[in-house]
Amino acid sequence: MTPDDSFNSGVARPTADQFDFNELIFEDRVHQRIYTEEAVFREEMRKIFAGVWVYLAHESQIPENDDFVASKLGLRPIIVVRDSTGRIRALYNRCTHRGATVCRQQQGSAKSFACPYHGWSYFNSGKISGVPWPDGYADDFSDPKYNLAQVPRVQSYRGFIFGTLNPDMPPLEEYLGGVKKPLDEWLDRHPGGTLSFCDANRLKFNGNWKLLYDNSADGYHVIFSHRSLLAMENRLVEGNDEDKGMAYYKSSPDNAPFYVKVFENGHHYKDKRPAVDTSPGGLWNIEGPHPGMEHYEALIREKLGDKAGSVLDLASSEPVNINVFPNLHILGNHVQVSQPISLTETDTTWWGTAVIDEKDELHGCVDAVNALRMRTQESFPNFGELDDLMNFEQIQAGLAGVEDEWVYMHRGFGIPDRIKRDTDGYLIGPPTDEVFLRETMQVYKNLMMSEPNLIIERDIEAAAE
Amino acid sequence: MQHDPSRTSYYVGDDFYQSVVDSYSEWQSDDMEITDPALRDSCRMLLEKEARLLDQNRLDDWLTLYVPECLYWVPATPHGGDPRTEIAVCFDDRRRIEDRIYRLQNEFAWSQHPVSRTARLISNVSAFSTSDENVLMLRSTFLTTEFQAGDKRTYTGWYGHKIGSEEGEWKILVKQVNLIDCDQNLRNLSIIL
Repeated sequence: MTPDDSFNSGVARPTADQFDFNELIFEDRVHQRIYTEEAVFREEMRKIFAGVWVYLAHESQIPENDDFVASKLGLRPIIVVRDSTGRIRALYNRCTHRGATVCRQQQGSAKSFACPYHGWSYFNSGKISGVPWPDGYADDFSDPKYNLAQVPRVQSYRGFIFGTLNPDMPPLEEYLGGVKKPLDEWLDRHPGGTLSFCDANRLKFNGNWKLLYDNSADGYHVIFSHRSLLAMENRLVEGNDEDKGMAYYKSSPDNAPFYVKVFENGHHYKDKRPAVDTSPGGLWNIEGPHPGMEHYEALIREKLGDKAGSVLDLASSEPVNINVFPNLHILGNHVQVSQPISLTETDTTWWGTAVIDEKDELHGCVDAVNALRMRTQESFPNFGELDDLMNFEQIQAGLAGVEDEWVYMHRGFGIPDRIKRDTDGYLIGPPTDEVFLRETMQVYKNLMMSEPNLIIERDIEAAAE
Repeated sequence: MQHDPSRTSYYVGDDFYQSVVDSYSEWQSDDMEITDPALRDSCRMLLEKEARLLDQNRLDDWLTLYVPECLYWVPATPHGGDPRTEIAVCFDDRRRIEDRIYRLQNEFAWSQHPVSRTARLISNVSAFSTSDENVLMLRSTFLTTEFQAGDKRTYTGWYGHKIGSEEGEWKILVKQVNLIDCDQNLRNLSIIL
């Protein structure tokens, strides 16, 4: 075959339409093809990473007017900007002229973006501001079709910025639904109910993005995948010291009082708080060792006496996993974002969060808390997540055995009375149950079997309402 | 020493953070560079020994090159950043380095299954004197190749070592690892750089 033949050889490459998701996703298992087919990935980048609300950035990354931060909506390069009037927008980072990116910095401040290729420039609202030598054009560029494309709908919930290309999506708050409650609780632990990003542990793995989402409320893997972490955190425990870290998974976690809860739209929640002592200082007591721990604890206790416990808890890892489909995970004090790069490559960025204390609710201890909190947050990405990511990579490797078709997620399935409903109607299961995965796969199946309405906007008044 | 830094971390406080931040600002000035070949060679030997012990996976021996109250620091920002208010790739005190070694030597650390093989090149070693005559700052360039689970990858950047003289021998006080891609997503960085 010559190179020319191969270009038009007529080799049939499947499209996602050629897959019947009724044959790929069942109640108790899914087909390996959803993790290994390019065509499925391409459709996910439209139907999910554009068709639903996708997390884009945090408001603390663009605190002032004219600030911007680079992001992606699926594979689309996006500039999330707080424009000169204060409106948050998600601009396509793509010159209207010939398609080059107009912004090549990760983060910064700019009133306008000029394309390095031919010099077309745009205000940070997306409106075209000028082109070099305009008399060479018959147009006067007043038509909005020359403005940067932008994500038509951009909304924030308590600092978290999301975007969708789908005009039929309900408002963000409705899409979030039940997951707002744990998110609120997680935020409201902090003075002022807010926080700011403070750099990140940035990781990646050679595997499909769903492998990370599949694991995000998985309580079954903890003592096996994180065996080295649990041993490490407890190596200095002696006498009557409390077990550290996620030791509460060690024996019969399904009989322990914590649980997994499933919300609408693929969101779910692992609430481990009932498994630990949540009285003031309780969380701090089960923190593994961290740099500066004893120094700052002594300092805070000396300063605050009886009130020290709850302040130290702010430097501790909050025992929750809050998962917002498809790419946002809140766990410990982290905001973990996953970003598909290709069918078999995924970036996962663990943004650290710092406490802001404008009203001095922490009685002069905020710097000490943050100095501790930086170090507690570095622990899991270094000593836990790497083992997860290796297991995800090894799933991707294992799935190359294509004749072995099924991936099972039926832990808890078919056992009467194991899964219950809470008073809001959300499913609740024991912590190691795979109910969250089964339910998410049904949401995924529905999305992949329908055709969303996807639009971009160039009218700067209509956009980002 | 009042506290055993292998068990408790009293030394990592405001003073320590400040001294680290101060040590790593404005230290690479031409007028402070050491030209004495013998002194420079003794610094180079320390770095080469460190690289060899890490390549040989002799982690306990490697740690003997460090003072008890030491630091292993891999910033997540190219300028180094302020570790009190910014997350680092790694910011390990003595106890956390020992944690790291313990985990790497634990057969259940899946990210090191199989254990990585590494080959480190260190070059462009320059030494700088400081206001403390027993303390030097070293800059060197590194290229570390890692082979693990069928994948070969490289880490590149420069080291900033803060070393001190102890009974006629150099010991490492702080090792700062400046990866040229420290602000990018990195795959399975589970080895000690």
